[in-house]
Amino acid sequence: MTNIGPDVQVAVEGPGGPVETTAPTTPPEPRPAGRARPAWRLLLPTMTPWLATGLVLIAGVVLLGVVGPYLVGDPDAISDVGLSGPSAEHWLGTTQTGQDVLAQLAYATRGSLQIGLMVGVLATVLSAFFGIYGAYLGGAADEVFSLLSNVFLVIPGLPLVIVISGFVPRESRGLWTIAVVLALTSWAASARVLRAQTLSVRARDYVAASRLSGEKPWRVIGVEILPNLLPVLASQFVYAVIAAILGEAGLSFLGLGASNASTLGTMLFYAQNGFALPLGAWWWFVPPGLVIALFGMGLSLVNFSIDEIINPRLKNARTARRRAKAAARVARKAAR
Amino acid sequence: MTSVHVTDLTKDYALRSGLRRSTLRAVDRVSFDLVPRRTVALVGESGSGKSTIAKLLTRMEKPTSGTIDVQLDDRTPVMGSVYQRHVQMVFQDPFASLNPFHTIEHHVARPLRIHHRTHDAASTHARVVEMLERVNLTPAEAIAARRPHELSGGQRQRVAIARALAPGAQVLIADEPVSMLDVSIRLGVLNLLGRLQREDNLAVLYITHDLATARHFSDEILVLYRGRVVERGPADAVILDPHHDYTKLLALAAPDPDRVGSVGREGDTAVTREAIDNSVCYDHDLGAWVSIDEAPAARREAARA
Repeated sequence: MTNIGPDVQVAVEGPGGPVETTAPTTPPEPRPAGRARPAWRLLLPTMTPWLATGLVLIAGVVLLGVVGPYLVGDPDAISDVGLSGPSAEHWLGTTQTGQDVLAQLAYATRGSLQIGLMVGVLATVLSAFFGIYGAYLGGAADEVFSLLSNVFLVIPGLPLVIVISGFVPRESRGLWTIAVVLALTSWAASARVLRAQTLSVRARDYVAASRLSGEKPWRVIGVEILPNLLPVLASQFVYAVIAAILGEAGLSFLGLGASNASTLGTMLFYAQNGFALPLGAWWWFVPPGLVIALFGMGLSLVNFSIDEIINPRLKNARTARRRAKAAARVARKAAR
Repeated sequence: MTSVHVTDLTKDYALRSGLRRSTLRAVDRVSFDLVPRRTVALVGESGSGKSTIAKLLTRMEKPTSGTIDVQLDDRTPVMGSVYQRHVQMVFQDPFASLNPFHTIEHHVARPLRIHHRTHDAASTHARVVEMLERVNLTPAEAIAARRPHELSGGQRQRVAIARALAPGAQVLIADEPVSMLDVSIRLGVLNLLGRLQREDNLAVLYITHDLATARHFSDEILVLYRGRVVERGPADAVILDPHHDYTKLLALAAPDPDRVGSVGREGDTAVTREAIDNSVCYDHDLGAWVSIDEAPAARREAARA
């Protein structure tokens, strides 16, 4: 990062009072074509081993969910090799009714990812609306919006989800119903975080300055405030996805999940019903559990990296540790 | 050219502590005129209402009473959405007044586009470069592509000045524009403001707590104390011949190499109780003490005579 030569400004007393003279500034170091680096580059976290691990985990699970279903056979096809362990023919073994576990896993992962994405988007949009818009408007609107999010915050999530899912008849309980129910119960906490962050950003001078230059409210929110909230939004989104996949798995395990979709939760539900544990059929329940755990771990690792953008002190602590390690290495070498 | 006439400007803030309510009068019946090519300085300590007046003038706050008339040469009043085209402000803290996410070009280009000074991308860019060169930011092309964190405080404040002038503003409110800057670059920024004022016939309201720069930079000084004007007049008269105890105190508070050792004595820093309570203002133009209720009438009469 180069800086232009310090702006040297010398005031010289001329005949008519102080005269402004500017010393010639030193030419700046050439930066390719003087182009602005795109703004989104500022938002990317630094690559660390943790971030790389997280991205690899997420990529693996997403690949399994997106490409997997095209490579495996019919997950519902029944055969007479029931409850057999992993073999060359069935890589992850079969269920009690002879269905291929790998095929089921691929389709179930796709279902879980779908619901995670749907809930993540819905919850983020809801929390952004109630958190950012309310805080920007201030006054009565802010009071009403934060009262609403407080009410949703104290509603115990899972019991409400169970009650709502129980009320909706099984045949109309599709993926969307579950997604909406999960989103409605999970947006409140991030709305509060976003509200606090917006209140802090809104009070900054550059927001006042842009209002003063005549920007319309939607532009002030969208162009001046929102970019500074993007890391927070991203981290809230990632948490919403994790929470949704876990919540859906919990619901499905209880038999309250979507009726028309297969997810990792429904797989676990059928494994439980088919006495996989007492029968020692580990290949039936370990893969879906592992996929949930690894995906959650991957998202969390990504989230830690996003946290470093929100709170640069974390990053400074990491660089300080690395420097200390490097210094110690050099010292050891010198001692030898 | 645009001028501003402020008459009996008053701002009350409602205070609430528990169930008790009270009002705080931040600005109390302040009147002054901003005319092209002249600078009025508002001087006072923190909490004396300087920044509140800036907020009222930029319409970030609504006055409780009193009027702010902005009018063109032909006395057409400036109202509504064009107000911001005429009255602009430079903020105190150049580290907070530029959005870290956006380039310098964005900051100067937006007011140009909002106020229809330019109509397409190419002319906007050319105008941005021109504005940056006017505030001595060279090479302007390279600076336009940067982000605020890549510039020094002085450079940022120049960008803020360019942004304020971009809509073609004729009235500039400078809220302590140099108090956050290095001493070594303060004069440069002030001289820049002075040059722009001469070139564009700007009317400038210079808000500061620093008497020395107020004298150097302004034509008229209003000394504010607890929201009231306690002394006003031509810059030299107020600084060299202060009448109000508070102005004397402000003058004493500025370090003076000839007065080593005498600063900070107990007697120097106490404003007498009468000076606060009797709410009179020494007007150097009238050469007399006037009470705050009679001040507007007295000034009108003096102007007529």
